[in-house]
Amino acid sequence: MMRFIFCLLFIFVAKTSFANLAYITNEKDNTVSVIDIKKNKVINTVEVGQRPRGIIMSKDGKLVLICASDDDRVEVREAETLKLKYYLPSGPDPELFILSPDDETLYIANEDDAMVTVVDMNDKMIIDDIPVGVEPEGMGLTNDGKVLVNTSETTNMAHFIDTSTLDILENVLVDARPRVAMFTPNDKEVWVSAEIGGTVKVINPSTKEVTHTIGFEIPGVNEESIQPVGVRHTNDGKYTFVALGPANRIAVIDQKTKELIKYLLVGQRVWQLAFTPDQKTLLTTNGVSNDVSIIDVEKLKVKKSVKVGRFPWGVVISPES
Amino acid sequence: MRSIYFLYIFLIYFCFGYFTLEARELSIKQIEERKQADLERLKEREKRGNKKFSKEITLSTKLIFLSMERKTPAVLSNLDPILDDEGFYGVKLAIEDNLTTGRFVGHDYKVEFHRVLLNENLQSEFQKLLNQGNKFFIVDLNEKELRSLFETSNSEEIVIFNVRSKADSLRNENCKKNLLHVPPSYSMLSDALTQYLVKKKWNKWFLVTGPDENDRKYADALKKSAKKFNIKIKKEKVWDFSADLRRTAGKEVPIFTKGEKYDVLVVADEKGEFGEYLTYRTWDPRPVVGTQGLTPTSWHRTHEQWGATQMQNRFRRESGRWMTEVDYHAWTAVRSIGEAITRTSSNDVKDVRKYLLGEKFGLGAYKGVKVSFRSWNGQMRQPILLAAPRSMVSVSPQEGYIHPDSELDTMGKDQPESTCKF
Repeated sequence: MMRFIFCLLFIFVAKTSFANLAYITNEKDNTVSVIDIKKNKVINTVEVGQRPRGIIMSKDGKLVLICASDDDRVEVREAETLKLKYYLPSGPDPELFILSPDDETLYIANEDDAMVTVVDMNDKMIIDDIPVGVEPEGMGLTNDGKVLVNTSETTNMAHFIDTSTLDILENVLVDARPRVAMFTPNDKEVWVSAEIGGTVKVINPSTKEVTHTIGFEIPGVNEESIQPVGVRHTNDGKYTFVALGPANRIAVIDQKTKELIKYLLVGQRVWQLAFTPDQKTLLTTNGVSNDVSIIDVEKLKVKKSVKVGRFPWGVVISPES
Repeated sequence: MRSIYFLYIFLIYFCFGYFTLEARELSIKQIEERKQADLERLKEREKRGNKKFSKEITLSTKLIFLSMERKTPAVLSNLDPILDDEGFYGVKLAIEDNLTTGRFVGHDYKVEFHRVLLNENLQSEFQKLLNQGNKFFIVDLNEKELRSLFETSNSEEIVIFNVRSKADSLRNENCKKNLLHVPPSYSMLSDALTQYLVKKKWNKWFLVTGPDENDRKYADALKKSAKKFNIKIKKEKVWDFSADLRRTAGKEVPIFTKGEKYDVLVVADEKGEFGEYLTYRTWDPRPVVGTQGLTPTSWHRTHEQWGATQMQNRFRRESGRWMTEVDYHAWTAVRSIGEAITRTSSNDVKDVRKYLLGEKFGLGAYKGVKVSFRSWNGQMRQPILLAAPRSMVSVSPQEGYIHPDSELDTMGKDQPESTCKF
């Protein structure tokens, strides 16, 4: 009986220390690394499906969703244990996805299929697919979940989709190989990074016009290796962080003036980014150096790097519980 | 007390069994439901068509893919099938990609595949196509055939994309204003390879050239690269054995390579008549590079970086085979035309050409950096893959080769060296 109580106690303890974990998909290892952000340490590595890339969490922090690209499905796992709960159908080669604010609907970009697949989280069924450009990837959603922006890498467009009708509202041409679309916290702008174009375009979602094009120049780094991918805005409207791929740097941009503040040197081939819930810390996935850089957002300094699996791709951090 | 434990275990076992049973039943039911839903969605989609996403067609562009029927050469290897449809699927995929973009902006694309048969005349067939008013040509022809097109017509109202010939003369003394080259030239390939060999400090070469005209051109490019990068060619030999080496290579190659001091055996044998037989048979243990062994190329089946996996998957799904260099060149040519038309909203040949040769043009072509055209000779600048049969070894330009404009221009003839005058 003592053992039973002890077990219960252990589960309880494990639960309270659960906050602030970062989950990183390792594309070439078929694993997810779990980092305790307080300790800056990998505390667990779990085997998942083939070629894991996009990773997100439900708003309550109970579920982790992983795009297992080569398995052509989405894995839903318990956040606490990373135990597989069930699969969601996704269409071929899911890469990135986004959950509606109420966690009821999942929008998935199917890279091999030129489709955005819409999945009902309750019925676990595909509701619809929306034909978009070739190799869809980036997914951005407004706070109210009414407008979805998808980018297509080969068609070079940002597709604005009305989520109530699942119709395309407008297609905006951006620069070559758009990877990520991210609405600002006030929903007044959507920022689209173009990996090959080397720019970030700022689009006004109401007029669908490009208002700014942000370019990058780093002394000593050749122009061709500046390849913007991940974009994250701070909620206070102060900073935007852009991951610059093989330039091995994060650009810190003034969210209001769109002016460059600073470059932060991180690991090699940096792609995706994630904030802690308090937005005091930013994590980056560095594919080639196989690590994660941890950035202090207030000081704009890289604090530490943590070794993870091979080719870390996506990152998500659990919400405050 | 013990019996209570037993009860617990039994309860847990029972519950677990029950849940898995239920879960399994549910999943079968779900699969059936999903299948049904998939079918219904498909019907719905067919009913509504693509209409609601498309704009009215404002621009329609027709492309011609021109290729020639060829006599099947003698088979030297039983491993790779001889293809007679190179380029076809590359064009097909690219047209689909163009149409996807086109659907959103109101641009339509059509392609006509025109194959000149063995008993037909290339020039007169080309003239027929010109008379029909065609303006955009993707041509899968060798150097001589390509030049004969310009004897037929020197009109600047058309634009021709070379997707096969690597001959340097077409990019230099025989260049044409309206001829663009997607394949890397021999000198680009040889520079790409040489940069890597310099990095490895494999500075002493043994160069073996095949009997073909193209082999000589490849070897010429290699010699020029060697000079440029300060490489010593210790020995140079022409392979002129016409016999099939399948059973005798073990005896011939060691003698052929004996008595020389070199780091690496460089071979120029485009058709693969003997190059494959050199590896593992040289007198001294030396790696083989060039047209066999470690090969500089624009596309290879081992290429999987920078989204190339998606391209390889799409291509294989469409064609049932691996993408070849010519397929890749054809894809890139058609996508370049599409990109120019999308960005300029014009399908006038002069506008398209001007945009393609201009600074604004850049295409994502699964090479990590954008590809573009050199304004001085119409050559596509691109990273070059260095591939072994089953692994990607490196990608050139190698680190440290710098250039004021683009590091890609460290490979091939740069503007000051070019003898092309438009």
